[in-house]
Amino acid sequence: MIAAAVLTALAMACALGAWRLTFARWPWRTPRAAILLWQSLGVTWGLASVGALLAYALEPYRRGVLYGLHAFAQSAVSFGMGHGLLQPYDLPRVTALVAGLSLLAVLIVVLLAAGFQTLRARRRHRALLSLIAHDDPGVPGVRILDHPGAAAYCLPGLRSEVVVSAGTLSLLSRDELAAVLAHEAAHVRERHDLVLLPFTALNWAMPWLSVVRDAHSSVALLVEMAADDHARRYCSPRRLATALLRFGTAGAGAVPNGALGATSEHVMARVNRLVKPGATLPRRFRYGLVTFSVLLSASAPLLWIYPG
Amino acid sequence: MKGLGELERSIMDILWAQDAPLTAREVGRLIADRDLAPTTVMTVLDRLTRKGFLTRTRDGRAWRYEPGASRDAYVAELMLEALDMTGDRSAALTRFAQTVSGSEADILRKALTELEEE
Repeated sequence: MIAAAVLTALAMACALGAWRLTFARWPWRTPRAAILLWQSLGVTWGLASVGALLAYALEPYRRGVLYGLHAFAQSAVSFGMGHGLLQPYDLPRVTALVAGLSLLAVLIVVLLAAGFQTLRARRRHRALLSLIAHDDPGVPGVRILDHPGAAAYCLPGLRSEVVVSAGTLSLLSRDELAAVLAHEAAHVRERHDLVLLPFTALNWAMPWLSVVRDAHSSVALLVEMAADDHARRYCSPRRLATALLRFGTAGAGAVPNGALGATSEHVMARVNRLVKPGATLPRRFRYGLVTFSVLLSASAPLLWIYPG
Repeated sequence: MKGLGELERSIMDILWAQDAPLTAREVGRLIADRDLAPTTVMTVLDRLTRKGFLTRTRDGRAWRYEPGASRDAYVAELMLEALDMTGDRSAALTRFAQTVSGSEADILRKALTELEEE
């Protein structure tokens, strides 16, 4: 019963922690460590929720979740073959077993579906780019899209591509463009798309859950801040800030779907930390955060094998 | 011999420049690279059709090909995705920044003026 209770507490603590973290401002002072914390919260929440249900369901075996599942599978097989009884089952435990396995299946399917959908969208985007975009000797290594609007983005993949629109080229000064490209190069190098994918997947599966939505937008902002931090090592942070503001105001009449309110707030948050950089968090705090994230990620798997 | 990607590009450019659907033979005549084998043109036309960028209709014993959409329509599709305006919440791209409108844009415009004046 201990494992089930601890896993339940862990799942609840992760949900509560995620909720608190969506309001916190200190992650902006150390985006990379905060992203790691978000990832470990996500993984632990999933494993702990599934684990809590399964630990309760499989408790009669007294062998922990992982070996309990194995034992259950064995008894189910022998039951199916006509010998023995399906091991001890009352209604609450069967319900917990079904719920736990369903949750696990849903999480896996949602991740796979989101990954698949993303890959498909990227493949089409890449194919269209190869037909339409052109190169410009003035900005080597960047594909140009002939459109007056302002857009700059990275199409991630094994061969990532950085794309800017013709409108961007006329909107930004040379230094600002260099800053934007340095920012995009950071996305490419650190594969930020993979960081965001699970949060996008969850958001896609449970759009009604505000904590999931907020978590996604928090991580998306942190990823941008991490890329800003990388870019400022190679360009003037001030030029990156003005590029951000020029971009933000460039869209005449273009109203994107969804949370508009968050957008200007996010742009301003990024601009402010570029223009007046606050002190980064002390090193011991950052190391503490990383250690905590690692321990947190290890806790759920350990509890999955804890017999009892 | 150009790469397959280059060839797809030039064939799309040819078909976008035409008003009427063309046969593979006509495309071959318009293409700059005259040494191209007719089967290569057919292969590329077939690939582009399978990818959905061309549609084809029967004309006697030959197929006539035309673009599935205009060049501008495809550019617009890419831009919609680039600006995250497709509404499918996909994580296909990582974007530099999003544009805002109305009073929110005013806040940013003010901040920009301040930054430039300093």
